[in-house]
Amino acid sequence: MADIPDDMLNGGNVEGPYRPDAFEGPAMRGKKDIPDGLWMRCSGCENMLYRKQVAENMEVCPKCQHHFRVGGRQRVDQLADPESFAEMFTDIVPADPLAFEWLGQTYEQRITKEQEKTGNSEAVLTGTAYIKGRRIAMGIMDGDFLMGSMGSVLGERLTLLIEHATEGALPLVIVCMSGGARMHEGALSLMQMGKTSAALARLDDAGGLYISILADPTTGGTTASFAMLADIILAEPGALIGFAGQRVISNTIRAELPNGFQRAEFLLEHGFIDHIVPRPDLRSEIARVIDLCGR
Amino acid sequence: MATDNANLPLLPFEKKLIHVQRQIAELEADQETSDRDFSATIQKLREEEVAILTETYDNLTAWETVQVARHPARPLGMDYVDRIVKNFFELHGDRRFADDLAMRCGLGQVGTEKVVLIVQHKGHDTKDKIACNFGCAHPEGYRKALRAMKLAEKFSLPVVALIDTQGAYPGIGSEERGVAEAIARNLLEMSRLKTPIVCIVIGEGGSGGALGIGVGDCVAMLQFAYYSVISPEGCASILWKTGEKAPEAAEALKLTSGHLKEFGVIDDIITEPLGGAHRRPADAATQVERYITRTVRQLKRQPIDKLLADRYQRWRKLGKVLHLDASPDQ
Repeated sequence: MADIPDDMLNGGNVEGPYRPDAFEGPAMRGKKDIPDGLWMRCSGCENMLYRKQVAENMEVCPKCQHHFRVGGRQRVDQLADPESFAEMFTDIVPADPLAFEWLGQTYEQRITKEQEKTGNSEAVLTGTAYIKGRRIAMGIMDGDFLMGSMGSVLGERLTLLIEHATEGALPLVIVCMSGGARMHEGALSLMQMGKTSAALARLDDAGGLYISILADPTTGGTTASFAMLADIILAEPGALIGFAGQRVISNTIRAELPNGFQRAEFLLEHGFIDHIVPRPDLRSEIARVIDLCGR
Repeated sequence: MATDNANLPLLPFEKKLIHVQRQIAELEADQETSDRDFSATIQKLREEEVAILTETYDNLTAWETVQVARHPARPLGMDYVDRIVKNFFELHGDRRFADDLAMRCGLGQVGTEKVVLIVQHKGHDTKDKIACNFGCAHPEGYRKALRAMKLAEKFSLPVVALIDTQGAYPGIGSEERGVAEAIARNLLEMSRLKTPIVCIVIGEGGSGGALGIGVGDCVAMLQFAYYSVISPEGCASILWKTGEKAPEAAEALKLTSGHLKEFGVIDDIITEPLGGAHRRPADAATQVERYITRTVRQLKRQPIDKLLADRYQRWRKLGKVLHLDASPDQ
């Protein structure tokens, strides 16, 4: 859990119906977010890419459609109508229930570091937003914040969001991107799986629509709870989606894992997701589902 | 103190017992062959043994507790079924793919209460262990459990789940058949199942694989069981960069019953016999049986609406966060 190494950015060549004209949103990352250097190498096709062009393409390689990871704020800009995201539950921030320490650092220090790095107080942004004019309750996990791991705050914010969607009869959209449950809060992190799932049961009973979008990577306790409980499950091309980590599996079975194992395409083939949707098409596909479900 | 335990494998921190146990065994052997009466000495040695055990088990570290929870002689899921369930009628298969023997389900009676049992079983001898996949269930195990729970709901039978697993099986087939979806589905369905659910962690509460049958009205743990988001070894290898730091990780994870009761993760601790359930399995089973019958009776008295509302609140309040206005909140 929470141990996805950075070298998993190798989704490989993904063929998809990428249509530049399908994109309408203001998806560019802010100038300050563009890392130094004009050029970058695509980890999918190894081509040298003009960084600005990649950013304009929603962080998708224009050559091979490899989907680079995006942070929480950038994801909000890519998905929601301009300036429509009204963030909620920001007053809920992490505690250190276990007084967790390892190798001379404390959980508290680590949280501060992650907050400074991302500018966010936790690994999920929650609130209401519009997608092509349709009002939704939106949760965006931030993989940059301690691997998007699920602790008490993430569970609490998402549960409040689910309850808000239930009460307000809003379609719920959650973008998942997570290394799993957060070790530093022990069993309390694990219990967030039960808590969010219980809230989703009530949303389901109330007839609410829930769409989850699985981005690279979605693993561990996140997959084994709210990620897999949506009415409609979409995934980005090449996203790693699974329960157990790949290292754990290959150590257990003492064998190499097959190519494409636990990738979005693998899940589609085995019947666990509805669609693989390239990032630039997400807005229109979400809007379509909302309309077709008649809310 | 039971001498039939003399052959139990001793854990590293129990070595202090070797000397006194050996003396008892020798004196008893002498007594049988020589007509001499050592009973007073033996009695004194027994008292010493009890004192050592009490001292040791009152002060177990987190890592030592994990070792007790994994003790090779610790009673397993089906041992409890054998001892406390009358008329056990096993339910096989998830009706979709296979019958997973890591997850045993069945109808039966505990005391006078008719219940549906969901039991994780690790297996005793090698053959049994392999059949049970060492207690690591595949998705079909979780789906069989859900089928059994739906049956319980239909016939208004309380569900009793005995949890003991290192975790769901991390393998290719497991992922192909959607173990994450299977666990997630159980969490959601258990949260709204219209019948009482009692969950007891009897040994290892290994992460999502344990929680996958662990959403209930009451969750209890045997005193020396553990329940954790990740194994101490796994946590150590990620944060400490070596699995050898598992004792440190176990301590940091606060995975013992005492801590978890404080956090509200569990509601009750079931006391184990002196020196752990493996020293007196029959007594441990009696404790578990009493807890089940008492809790089931209490829960059955609740109207179903209240039961479900209470269950939601029980899970809703789990977690520890701060509010920016600085008042700590559960």
